[in-house]
Amino acid sequence: MSMTHGILARFANPADLLKAAEKIRDAGYEAFDCHSPFPIHGMDTAMGMKRSKVGYIVGGMTIVGATIGMALQGWASTIAYPLIISGKPLFSWQAFIIVTFALFVLFGAFGAFFGMFHLNRLPRLHHPLFYSEQFKQVTRDAFFVSIEAHDPKFDEASTRSFLEDLGGRNVELVVGE
Amino acid sequence: MGGEERLITGGLDFGSLTDKVSGIVEQPTPKQWYLLFGLAISLALVMVGSIGWLFWEGTGTWGLNNPVGWGWAIVNFVFWVGIGHAGTLISAILFLLRQKWRTSINRFAEAMTIFAVICALIFPGIHVGRVWIIYYMFPIPNQMEIWPNFRSPLLWDFFAVGTYFTVSTLFWFVGMIPDLATLRDRATGLRQKILGFFAMGWRAGNRHWQNYEMAYLMLAGLATPLVLSVHSVVSTDFATSLVPGWHTTIFPPYFVAGAVFSGFGMVLTLALIARKIYKLDHIITVNHLEKMNKIILVTGSMVGYAYIMEFFIAWYSGNLYESFAFINRAFGPYSWAYWIMFTCNVITPQIFWSRRARRSIPVMFVASIFVNIGMWFERFVITVTSLSRDFLPSAWDYYMPTIWDILTFVGSFGLFFTLFLLFLRFLPMIAMSEVKGVMPEADPHHYPETTGGEK
Repeated sequence: MSMTHGILARFANPADLLKAAEKIRDAGYEAFDCHSPFPIHGMDTAMGMKRSKVGYIVGGMTIVGATIGMALQGWASTIAYPLIISGKPLFSWQAFIIVTFALFVLFGAFGAFFGMFHLNRLPRLHHPLFYSEQFKQVTRDAFFVSIEAHDPKFDEASTRSFLEDLGGRNVELVVGE
Repeated sequence: MGGEERLITGGLDFGSLTDKVSGIVEQPTPKQWYLLFGLAISLALVMVGSIGWLFWEGTGTWGLNNPVGWGWAIVNFVFWVGIGHAGTLISAILFLLRQKWRTSINRFAEAMTIFAVICALIFPGIHVGRVWIIYYMFPIPNQMEIWPNFRSPLLWDFFAVGTYFTVSTLFWFVGMIPDLATLRDRATGLRQKILGFFAMGWRAGNRHWQNYEMAYLMLAGLATPLVLSVHSVVSTDFATSLVPGWHTTIFPPYFVAGAVFSGFGMVLTLALIARKIYKLDHIITVNHLEKMNKIILVTGSMVGYAYIMEFFIAWYSGNLYESFAFINRAFGPYSWAYWIMFTCNVITPQIFWSRRARRSIPVMFVASIFVNIGMWFERFVITVTSLSRDFLPSAWDYYMPTIWDILTFVGSFGLFFTLFLLFLRFLPMIAMSEVKGVMPEADPHHYPETTGGEK
């Protein structure tokens, strides 16, 4: 069954896209996105977005990694396999810092990697936007706005004319689910 | 360095840049590529064969003796890991320092890093004699209920290099997703499906870019201390022992400076070749190369400072063995290796004080090769001179590699170039989305009619 996903409009350059994003935000739309071949400076504010949450995930994961690192070494050296090596204390935490640090970084990196994919709901290999022929240009040199149909303010005719008034070209109805 | 300077020349815009970089992987495979790939993979097979013989016969096939129990395997390991430092330095540290010029070179520097670390990891993997119990290095529960010694630098090394490899790979892949999406959108049929799979369904929306940029920043922030720590940890393999010439506190910073130095040497060698073959002079401009040469000059001078400071401290410490180790390095049986090292690493980069030399392609190509050679010899000098002349003269011996040492090392270049050629053939070697992002046209303020709108 086919249903309306939203409306796609093309803009000429990053400046026009930024201006359009501000207008769409001010008009009260929420389920919209601006697509560009590279991140555009100032777009987050223009779209009224909050700060990314990736940092919190990374922060949490680094603490988990460091804790696992120190606990693993401490447990292995004192409980599982207590062995005196060159007269050092069993729990020689100074020597354990390096592996702790390595796991701190490793877990943090996994947090950044998987956290980013999770927040972006990727990988998702199918998406209605991919049915649009012109959308293929977005990874090259094209700038698009997409407004999704589930936005409460969405109305096929008025949203379309709104985007056209903002200077959007090739305004296209995207169908799919 | 002014932000106004145009990084990309030749009138390239977003579209033509995309065509140029994507075109490299979309064109039919050039004949020269097959030729080079054939050579590289033959060389890699030489390494596979040498390793096979090593496994069959044992480490007696190598030139190791008593007292030199650490020979080319550790030298090659440190050499390759060192080369692997430039990629992450360029992608992480220069990113945090907002050096926009890094975008032209970061992708293949990162690829080079990963391939160099793969080459490096082979050597500790094969040097243990009984490879079938190499898993003893991993902290995994086992039927003997024994655990690795977490106080040992060799185990730290395992974690540091393993983490470095993983993080570099994640960083590389994350950076490549938008470019894989570019290739996907230009492709059709099966190729489109394969690229689409690896592009993760990237739609280039700002809601994605926001998390993406934050993740990239986080990875850069994590990789920065990591890249500085990895070679420091490698240096503790030496520095925590009592062998004269190794037991010094200068080792960690000195190893890191040397690693960046050798890494930039290798990036430069590869960049000059790739730039020539694929006609990328407008993307990797002489300005980019000049900046790299400045880094080579700085790190090369730091390495030179470390060489001299080591001598000074050896004398100043008043320690008989320490003083002897350094006199022996420069004037003993391995003085030939020492002076090759000193000439290549300390004298060669000084040519880059001259602006003309910094901007001359032939000069920098030759210099980069010298840097690569010199840095291999540095590791050889450190490892072998100290071991072959330690405390008691009765224990001294001269170390010579066998043909199997040499073939394994030469073969590792085959593996490196095999991987690198595959990368050049199938993946975008310039970070297109990042390069576009630093072009003046990417800035909304570039367009005169813009009023900026209300905030």
